[in-house]
Amino acid sequence: MVGILEDKDRIFLNLYGLRGADLESAKKRGCWNATKDMLDMGRDWVINQTKASGLRGRGGAGFSTGLKWSFMPKEVKDRPHYLVVNADESEPGTCKDREIMRHDPHLLIEGCLIASFAMQAHAAYIYLRGEYVREREVMEQAVKEAYAAKLIGKDNVHGWDFDVYIHHGAGAYICGEETALLESLEGKKGQPRLKPPFPAGAGLYGCPTTVNNVESIAVVGTILRRGSDWFAGMGRPNNTGTKLMCISGHVNKPCNVEEVMSIPLKQLLEEHCGGVIGGWKNLKAVIPGGSSVPMITAEQCETALMDFDSLRELKSGLGTAAVIVMDKSTDLVKAIARLSYFYKHESCGQCTPCREGTGWMWRVMERMVRGEAEMKEIDLLLDVTTQVEGHTICALGDAAAWPIQGLFRHFRGEVEERITNYRAGRPHVQGASLAAE
Amino acid sequence: MSVRRLAQTQPASFAFSKDTNEKIKFWLGKYPADRKQSAVIPVLWLVQKQEGWVSEPAIRAIAALLEMPVIRVLEVVTFYTMFMLEPVGKAALIQVCGTTPCMLRGAGALMDLCKKEIGAKDHLSADGLFTWQEVECLGACCNAPMAQINDYYYEDLTPETLGQIIAAFRKGETPKPGPYNGRTVSEPAGGPQTLLDESLYDGRLAKKIKKLPNTEPAA
Ligand SMILES: Cc1cc2nc3c(=O)[nH]c(=O)nc-3n(C[C@H](O)[C@H](O)[C@H](O)COP(=O)(O)O)c2cc1C
Ligand code: SF4
Ligand code: FES
Repeated sequence: MVGILEDKDRIFLNLYGLRGADLESAKKRGCWNATKDMLDMGRDWVINQTKASGLRGRGGAGFSTGLKWSFMPKEVKDRPHYLVVNADESEPGTCKDREIMRHDPHLLIEGCLIASFAMQAHAAYIYLRGEYVREREVMEQAVKEAYAAKLIGKDNVHGWDFDVYIHHGAGAYICGEETALLESLEGKKGQPRLKPPFPAGAGLYGCPTTVNNVESIAVVGTILRRGSDWFAGMGRPNNTGTKLMCISGHVNKPCNVEEVMSIPLKQLLEEHCGGVIGGWKNLKAVIPGGSSVPMITAEQCETALMDFDSLRELKSGLGTAAVIVMDKSTDLVKAIARLSYFYKHESCGQCTPCREGTGWMWRVMERMVRGEAEMKEIDLLLDVTTQVEGHTICALGDAAAWPIQGLFRHFRGEVEERITNYRAGRPHVQGASLAAE
Repeated sequence: MSVRRLAQTQPASFAFSKDTNEKIKFWLGKYPADRKQSAVIPVLWLVQKQEGWVSEPAIRAIAALLEMPVIRVLEVVTFYTMFMLEPVGKAALIQVCGTTPCMLRGAGALMDLCKKEIGAKDHLSADGLFTWQEVECLGACCNAPMAQINDYYYEDLTPETLGQIIAAFRKGETPKPGPYNGRTVSEPAGGPQTLLDESLYDGRLAKKIKKLPNTEPAA
């Protein structure tokens, strides 16, 4: 056996699409089994069990899913409640929700029903990134099947009237931010809203809304079927359950895999991914949680666990558990500069520190790649990252700052060396470009 | 932010096709009756499917249809990068992912090939058959490097395989999407090492659950 998680404890039994995504096949894998019994236990039971499982949001921030549901108003008043599923999946490195939607769509639909029931919502919107055309086709088909089988819809077998609607975007990373997503779903530019009000108070169309990641919702049915204690029994306290992990970059076998939380990063790479290209000694750095989290060094990878707490201790984060592996052949400065370009490209432009800062940081990073910079610009750049971080409407500003901070935290020497080398060949070079930025 | 403007040359008019109209009806059914604007992205997308790109007359028609000011549709169409604001290659729109996970596995070589085979990025090729672009992470990083060609993903590419794919599109064929290194999806190369327990699939998980866990009445 490879890894830690045994097959019998996996949730996504069709992760690789080797079996059918259709309703019949999904049912055979246990989906939609006893769903009615769960609803019969009542809303509080569903929410409490979800809390007890320790499930934390799989979209990046890691907030307790059950607790989030409990923030919805207890009574439905004049405005309907909504569940909105975040299937925008655009954080570089992340490609897990895609596999759920194209291979196990019924787990997601079942989860939508259960979560919506818990929050007294009669409708859920699933917002897919626009590029996921194939995934959308499979989801539409699955929704159709679920209606036909009366699993959802009016007067369905579960006794909770419920509609699921598939919606899509059109290429904007920022629409993954939950309030930008709501704006987009209302037919506007995807620009994040100022909070408060929080979506649970005024979300979609001004109605109480909860936004959850695809994976957070798709695991709920199985958790309730197998028991919150089963889920909570895996991983470490505060970091429980199983998690889809996406490993890309310099490993011999990049792949998606479901593993227990807190699996050692080294074990994940060696056993599931055929190891680092050129061997473990060839490892340089890893971005462990999607492009927005700071990198950690090869040395830290020796002991890092794939969970919230371990990676936070290393001043990084679990994020979406998208592991980007970089071996010694990598130009780390270039790798991070490309991410700076990404954030510049994806900034929605409504706050000045982010709109101007992301462009500025990218241009300076590009010069650092060439070494065409002044030593003192390193501190200036780091200072700018702190002026962007925490000073914007949404977390994209932080996300743009952290990868750069991570680079200099661990590899400042490399950039300095590059600047020195660049200058060595050009004794006349002054800091002329600094003022021009 | 990326700056995007409408094309200088615009057609005189636009009309929704019968097929597009049918599909619009399906989409409008998803939102509350007084929230038609919610359909603006799907409708723009349908129009792009019909015409290949989004023209100024089409933007006006959509504004009228969804009862929203033209400027709001304009804002949307320029904000979202999947909307093509000028005609693109008739055979294929090739969008190579250039973000770091793809870069680490050779996206640069794919873009060099596109330059050689098609020409400058973001421009219609001389024969009108191709447009290629560099785009941001497409959410398929375990299958890097990859490209979206028209609607679907072509994954685990090399300059050789992408070259073959371009050649096929040039001949009017539609090569099959998915990985081009022998994988099925995003399982590890050489085949899955997990999900091998056949008993998960023999139907025993569908057997009626007599009693859900944790459902004892509180003592
Ligand atoms: C810039 C930005 C992009 C984001 N992109 C995504 C995304 O693609 N998918 C996602 O589920 N959450 C994304 N998030 C997080 C969401 O705002 C939100 O926290 C999440 O959907 C909540 O779901 P969860 O509690 O189930 O994790 C993003 C956040 C930011 C700031
Ligand atoms: S931080 Fe950036 S992306 Fe977020 S709202 Fe401000 S400008 Fe937009
Ligand atoms: S970086 Fe290319 S698909 Fe994610």
